[in-house]
Amino acid sequence: MRIASRLLALACLLPLAALAQGKTVKIGVLNDQSGLYTDLGGPGSVVAAKMAAEEFGNKVAGMPIEIVTADHQNKPDIASSIATKWIDVDGVDAILDVPNSGCALAVAKVVADKNKVFIDSGAATSNLTGKNCTPNTVHWTYDTWALANGTGKEVVKAGGKTWFFLTADYEFGKQLEKDTRAVVEANGGKVLGSVLHPLNASDFSSFLLQAQSSKANIIGLANAGGDTINSIKAASEFGIVAGGQKLAGLLVFLSDVHSLGLKTANGLQLTSAFYWDHDEKTRAWSKKFAAKHNGRMPTMVQAGVYAGVLHYLKAIQALKSKDDGKAVVEKMKALPTDDPLFGKGTIRADGRKIHPVYLYEVKKPSESKAPWDYYKLIREIPADQAFRPLAQGDCPLITAKK
Amino acid sequence: MTARVETEKPAAIRGRVPARGEARSLRIPTLVLIAVCVVAPFVIYPVFLMKMLCWALFACAFNLLLGYVGLLSFGHALFFGAAGYLTGHAALVWGFPFELALLTGVATSAVLGLAVGWLAIRRQGIYFAMITLALAQMFYFFCLRVPFTGGEDGIQGVPRGKLLGLISLEGNLTLYWVVLAIFLFGFFFIVRVIHSPFGQVLKAVRENEPRAVSLGYRADHYKLIAFVLSAALSGLAGGLKAIVFQLASLTDVYWTTSGEVILMVLLGGLGTVFGPIVGAVAIVCVESFLAQLGGWVTVVQGGLFVICVLAFRRGVIGELARVLRRPL
Amino acid sequence: MTTVFGVPIQALFGQLLVGLINGSFYALLSLGLAIIFGLLNIVNFAHGAFYMLGALGAWLLLEHFGVGYWPALIISPLVVGLFGALIERTMLKRIRGLDPIYGLLLTFGLALIIQGVARNYFGVSGEPYDMPPQLTGGKNLGFMFLPNYRAWVVLVSVLLCALTWFVTERTRLGSYLRAATENPLLVQAFGINVPRLITLTYGLGVGLAALAGVMAAPIYRVSPLMGSDLIIVVFAVVVIGGMGSIFGSILTGFALGVIEGLTKVYYPEASSTVVFVIMALVLMVKPTGLFGRTA
Repeated sequence: MRIASRLLALACLLPLAALAQGKTVKIGVLNDQSGLYTDLGGPGSVVAAKMAAEEFGNKVAGMPIEIVTADHQNKPDIASSIATKWIDVDGVDAILDVPNSGCALAVAKVVADKNKVFIDSGAATSNLTGKNCTPNTVHWTYDTWALANGTGKEVVKAGGKTWFFLTADYEFGKQLEKDTRAVVEANGGKVLGSVLHPLNASDFSSFLLQAQSSKANIIGLANAGGDTINSIKAASEFGIVAGGQKLAGLLVFLSDVHSLGLKTANGLQLTSAFYWDHDEKTRAWSKKFAAKHNGRMPTMVQAGVYAGVLHYLKAIQALKSKDDGKAVVEKMKALPTDDPLFGKGTIRADGRKIHPVYLYEVKKPSESKAPWDYYKLIREIPADQAFRPLAQGDCPLITAKK
Repeated sequence: MTARVETEKPAAIRGRVPARGEARSLRIPTLVLIAVCVVAPFVIYPVFLMKMLCWALFACAFNLLLGYVGLLSFGHALFFGAAGYLTGHAALVWGFPFELALLTGVATSAVLGLAVGWLAIRRQGIYFAMITLALAQMFYFFCLRVPFTGGEDGIQGVPRGKLLGLISLEGNLTLYWVVLAIFLFGFFFIVRVIHSPFGQVLKAVRENEPRAVSLGYRADHYKLIAFVLSAALSGLAGGLKAIVFQLASLTDVYWTTSGEVILMVLLGGLGTVFGPIVGAVAIVCVESFLAQLGGWVTVVQGGLFVICVLAFRRGVIGELARVLRRPL
Repeated sequence: MTTVFGVPIQALFGQLLVGLINGSFYALLSLGLAIIFGLLNIVNFAHGAFYMLGALGAWLLLEHFGVGYWPALIISPLVVGLFGALIERTMLKRIRGLDPIYGLLLTFGLALIIQGVARNYFGVSGEPYDMPPQLTGGKNLGFMFLPNYRAWVVLVSVLLCALTWFVTERTRLGSYLRAATENPLLVQAFGINVPRLITLTYGLGVGLAALAGVMAAPIYRVSPLMGSDLIIVVFAVVVIGGMGSIFGSILTGFALGVIEGLTKVYYPEASSTVVFVIMALVLMVKPTGLFGRTA
């Protein structure tokens, strides 16, 4: 009895909603809202998506725009089931963000199977435009290759010849190390050693000690989130930087630097596709964003969600329809991109969004003039050098054409 | 001082005692259950229902161990997740048909259950829980490092295959009927076990182990068998889930999954027949509705734990059973 | 240079020292849990959450009241300890007579709530907490650079462990407590207010967790998730040491730190899992832990 009434109560929610969906452009922002990646995307990404929808007055090609969101808790099965339900039942047309490579790969497959649109801004795996590419996927913002190339190449060229890696013991970390290693060696540097640490290790003193005794110029941090923060904190405590070695953060976000504080993080070099204080346009947008997001400045992931939604809506406007995911993505690739955050760029045939990336260094506390004034620009890496060349990737869409 | 034997096991943790002829009285609730399950996919999204069924089976299997044998295992995710991986791998890489892949998963969990059970059975209470936790965490580490699991990406793209080589399972509704059938099989199997002579011995062991031993029953053997059964059925649930979602991932072997199934059984009612099902349904619904609210899911889950333990120890079905004065 | 299995002996000393430092931290953290379980028979899964509250409290004191590290060392544990006592009074009391499993589940639920609320207000990346200026810097010991703060952690940990062990095992208060757990009715008959004693003890255990949190704030990030990562390890320490024994947890804490340190040198990927291997091994050989009371 109770079981029955409960189930029937649930029934109201799901299928009836599907009936109303036909004529709305529904965008789903799927990311981590309770775990490790909350601050680099999370509710901020939803704010960014809404700002993009507002640019169109919340209507495109005569259809209203609706934005929904869910928390995938960094679990691929939850991400996959939410994506499936969104498309099958709730009529979602495009899925945005999705940090965590395992989740991104799962969602990419679901979206491709059901012919909708997937614009990933949060995940790092370059496989999304490599062997796991689909005609329905666009990979915005960054990937492991861009990070490895940006930080690796520039740091070696600037004098950091010998490297030691502190790598998180999972696929993403190992991939990042592998990509960076290749770049370092190709540019005349040498890798003296590496150590794998368990994910979410709380104490890095032992690993840093090993890095210290290797006497490498650069300690490359092939990890993310809390692990990166803890590594940097411990490095500062054990006098690594004072002892002459430099830290290269291979995946560091603005939110990480904010939580570390400039005293601990200064001198850290990192690659980012977006920084709020880059120029007038990014500043203006970021201030509007911060006003809606507890005064926190946007990370590159959140910026990527804004730009991705904007371009998606432009493509729908040009096509005057939204139902065929492949067609919409093809339109997105045909139209050049232009937004205040990433400037002018394009989306390549394999789904990779191309734009310049930048090498930044974290300022010292004395150099920072205002809250969130954290980075100084070292070098810009032009768009045509920032990402893995099309020929080097193994995207089946490209190799099949050959 | 003599060893403090666990004679004063408080009433609340024990499951209820199935009496003679009780199986018959479960007929009506069972019919209601089947009726609901038959009607449901036409009103509710079938994939969502299948998720509930997989978790319900897992919860029932866990309840067999906790509610009827009295052993709290903190490592059941091991069996759930291992079967998920093996079923996924068998279907994807070895190309096994649906039934064989599922059996591979079940067999894996049964073997693991035998190993873990043999190591852990000799311990009692909290030590039993901790040893299962330790073994589960070691297994998690193993899964993290071994390449076939795909690390944190998991095994993606598990094919659903065909039933008996004839009927394609790609369609959600078709798969739902199959999953429902397998769930009901597992459910009835558990009910049968509970109401059998074997079940009676388990009850005797739980009530007063030394006495049962003195009567000639080898308590450890009975506990081990129950443990293996529980592990195998958890494996069935895990394998099913891998097929339904076409994905097997690390989260299924992490200790938080073990925690979730404990919550489901607790909320539904320890040692009741329908309790775990209700608990599983409730928790899956809470998670899915609150996914929209992002971070508040864990707070609500925590709140449920607290309320259950403080005021609601018999669980939903337990309280209902008390009010109706009939076993459920 | 001599090597031990391929690692130069100098580097090995450094790693062992680091291991010892971590061990002292584990010992400090497991102290509160050992008291709560050893004396009150409550499996306190909320211990990690209280640890986090201690660190968060220190950060809040700094951010909003400008109160620095040294006063925070006392204020934060006190406040969190009081909160713990309140929880014991209102919730744990009700399940006192029952199977310890219920205590485990209740405190697990509490941990989820505390962590979830903290996370929703403070985000997950954590907040920076600076080291007190008196303790920055360090000494170069030749084979490694020892930060002063870490040496301070060892000092505090050793002192507190010794103090706690002494109080529980050798003073009258300690013996009241131990008696009260074994036979509350009888002890109450002697005129001792047992419920209050239990509440205070829980508060004390919680306060110790919070103190460990304040000590951790400068070196690990202050984040709502900081407790959940450590809680399992701390539990393992207490279980291995034997759940009735304060001395057992202290010893195990230090030993685990050293063993983990060695693992990090020879097989670093396994360093988070080695504690479970040890726990499984110990429990199979000695069911109640190394120094546990035979039940």
